[in-house]
Parts: sequence; C-alpha cells; structure tokens
Amino acid sequence: MREVAIVGIGMTKFGELWDMSFREMGIQAGLMAMQDAKISAEEIDALYVGNMSAGRYIEQEHVAALMADYSGLARDHIPAIRIEAAGASGGLALRQAYLAIASGMHDAVVVGGAEKMTDVGDAISNKIQSSASDQQWESVFGATSPSLHAMIARRHMHEYGTTREQLAEVAVKNHRHGALNPFAQFQKEIDIKTVLRAGMVAEPLGMFDCAPNSDGAAALVLCSMERAKKYTDSPVRILASAQASDTLALHSRADICTFEATRYAAQRAYRQAGISPKDVQVAEVHDNFTISEILAIEDLGFFEKGQGGRATADGQTSIGGKVAVNTSGGLKARGDPIGATGIAQLVEIVQQLRGEAGKRQVSGASCALAHNVGGTGSTAVVHILGVK
Amino acid sequence: MTIARFWRDNATRYNLVATRCGNCGKVTFPPRHVCPVCHRRSIGKMQRFHLSGEGEVYSFSVVHEAPSAFEMQKPYIVAMIRMSEGVMLTAQLIDCEPSEVTIGMKVRAKLRKIGEEGPGGVIHYGYKFAPA
Ligand SMILES: [Zn+2]
Repeated sequence: MREVAIVGIGMTKFGELWDMSFREMGIQAGLMAMQDAKISAEEIDALYVGNMSAGRYIEQEHVAALMADYSGLARDHIPAIRIEAAGASGGLALRQAYLAIASGMHDAVVVGGAEKMTDVGDAISNKIQSSASDQQWESVFGATSPSLHAMIARRHMHEYGTTREQLAEVAVKNHRHGALNPFAQFQKEIDIKTVLRAGMVAEPLGMFDCAPNSDGAAALVLCSMERAKKYTDSPVRILASAQASDTLALHSRADICTFEATRYAAQRAYRQAGISPKDVQVAEVHDNFTISEILAIEDLGFFEKGQGGRATADGQTSIGGKVAVNTSGGLKARGDPIGATGIAQLVEIVQQLRGEAGKRQVSGASCALAHNVGGTGSTAVVHILGVK
Repeated sequence: MTIARFWRDNATRYNLVATRCGNCGKVTFPPRHVCPVCHRRSIGKMQRFHLSGEGEVYSFSVVHEAPSAFEMQKPYIVAMIRMSEGVMLTAQLIDCEPSEVTIGMKVRAKLRKIGEEGPGGVIHYGYKFAPA
C-alpha cells in the first residue's frame, strides 16, 4: 500500500444557500480544492462524490457524472463514482478515494461531498432522513432520526447519570467554536439556557440538540505521497482509514449506549496509524445530535464510557482542553449537509494540521481524527491524519 | 408506501411473528432467513413462532416534529420495548400520558391502525403497546 496525502481543500459556506444549485455548490468546492492544490484537470484520474439523497431532495440521481460534467471534465472521460452511506457518505467517499490511491490504481483524485436539503420542507426532509434508519421496522411506526437518538440519550442518562445540562454543554461548546468559523452555518454563541428552553423535537432532545438542515459542498484533492511533493511542502498524510458497520435498526443492538461500529473502526484506525487515543489533539466527530458527540468521544476512547457528558461540561473537549473536539463547530454549528459533512470534517482537520485555522487553531496540532456516522450508528468511518 | 410492500410484512405486524434458530436457539425479530450467530449453518432451520406480546420499556421519546404521515398524531410516544423473549423492537406507546412512562414499565401489544395511503387509501394495521 502506498502512502496517501491530502494536497487541496475547498468548501462552500454551509447554510440555506438559496441562490446556489446542487451542481453549483459541488463545482465551487471542487474548483477551490484544485486551486488550493494547484493541480490541473488533466492530472485528475477519478472523481468520488459523497451524497445521500439527491434523488429525493432535488429529484436528481446519477450525480457523479453530473459533477464531472459541470466541472468541465466530461471530455476527459474520467471515472466518476457516487458513494452513499447516509450521514457517512462523505467519509466513505474519502475512504474509497484513499483506497484507489493506496492501491496504486490512481495517482491523483478529487473527492467531494454535497447535499441540497433546503429546497424541500421540514416534514419531507424529516421523512428522507428517517430512511437512513430501518424503514420497515422503525420509520414506519413513526420513529424519526431525532427520536431514535433521543432514546439513546434517555438510556445514557438512565445508565450513567448523564444530565440534560451535560447534553446542552455539547451544543454550547460547538456554537462557541462555530462562532470562529467563517464557513459555519451558525456563527453565534449560545448559552445553556437557550438550549434548555428551546422547543422539543423529540424528548429529551430540543431544537438546539439537533444539527440543522443545510446546503453545502466540500472537496479534497488526494494523491500519492510521492506525487504530493510536486504540489506542496506541507502535505497532510492519511495515517489510517477504517470503516465498520452494525445492524440497521437500533433495536437490534444489545446496548444502544455504545456504537460498536465506531469502536471497531477506531480500533482498526489506531492500529493502522500506530497511535492511541491520547495522541489525538484535534477530532471532528459526528455530532448530528448532542448525545451523538458524547457517544463518539467515549467510543473513540478519549474518555471512559459514561464520562463523556462530564468531560464536556468540564471543558475537556473545548479548544485548549485535553482533546479539541469539533473545532469547526461540528455538525451542530457548521451545519450538516449530509453527503458533504464527512468531507467538511477533513477540510477542518487539514486547516488545523497546516496551522491555518485562525482563531480556532489548536497550537502545535500534528495528529487529528475524523469520525463520520451513517444512520443510528449503522456505518462508522474513521480517518487519522498527521503531519511530521 | 406501496400496498405490496406493506402486505408482505402483515403477519409480523399483526401477530408479532419472530424466528428462532434451530441450531443455537437465538430469537430474532422481525423474522430473519439467516441467524446472525450461526450464519449459513442456520439456513432452513429458522423456525417461526409468535411472541407473547409481553414486554417492558427499554427507552422512549415523545415525538414533536414528525414526517407528514404522522402530523396528526403528534405529540406521540415511541419506545424501544424489550420483549419477554429477549428481542427488542420499536413501536408507539398508547393509552398513557408521556409523564406516566418510565424505563422498565410493563407493556402489552395491541393491534392498532398504523397509518394510511393518503386520504381514502388503504389503511395499515400493526402493533402498538399499552401499559400492562
Ligand atoms: Zn443460530
């Protein structure tokens, strides 16, 4: 296997981008990433696109060819591949791109992620998002994605004494970080009272416990480490890429307070990178709900099972804490355009490792982790990155 | 949802049909063709049987924002229920107030209307759970 580097990053602002179409967002992010890498179109061997549900959000399937076409690559006839794994679509697209270069099949590829969610109303969006769960045995009975995560939250509170306030602290912290990110959907700090007083979505989770519906796209340029020297003096190295799956329905798990897919993917990634959780200084984790971040920081091994809420309230996951989690603002404040999310996580991590994260910069960051989840823990993708 | 897609699962939605592996005894719900423990050794040995309908609440939520098909029901309670046979399932809780529900509460299955194919369309039935 060859070493793989990230040499270019690009993303649109996240939010309600009413003046931009799906294809415009994708192209803007992709061209920014190619500009950042100073790579020409002729050097690109393949295009990977992470996207969950363009067919239902904008009635457009076949989006990989569409992106290649509108990027001006149609006449180059490169392979263009769409990858779908619900919320983990972006992270998994990155993994496929990584495998293609590591294997020697390709030398340089663009990997992007995009989702256009705000062209439909909330009730329709809610239904589309429910389809990432088991449609026949969960969604059909009225179980929504927020309510499944709410049941995890309630069980976590029951088993470990996690409090409503500790959940709220995740949102407060991520908004504090997001306020420093010019690409974030919400660049505004909130206090704990705002989270606790917000209207209920699925008890005990309120509006500020849930990531918003968003539009947005993000992209990366990947190449072999050998080739990377041609484009940059500071390539960011992919030290590990791992993926795991679990039952589609949450009720088929023996314990819903642990995402085994996250644990397995993390174990494989730590082994491949030759590091342990304590070596990670920056982590972008999948906080589609406040409880999701608490599960993530436990399952990734940053904190003991059951201690995630307390660690968050103690500031251990803030910038300057033991491990800086979601410096970008996370899905909660940066926004969660589903297929784009896993790629946006990498954009943040590359900025951190290059020392280009501005006010969000974690000083001396040299090892970082990205964690992307699909459904209620049915797919987990973990990447570990570093600079020497 | 198309009629056929719902109809295929009616036995299980009406009567809580589960499967027991003839090789290791593991119970699965909804019915499976392959045991997740025994894999290929279980093929042809998965026996169907009816769950008792008795269970207890493992966790629950009250849904306030719902897909349009459930708009008229909200707020409603969804729960994960640990059945006495050990398997877990997801269903709505009825005949009780959200404030009365607790983890560990004993519940029993009822046949109820689940939804319909738009105005004037086919009505779907299935299990919901009420305090036992
Ligand atoms: Zn078996």
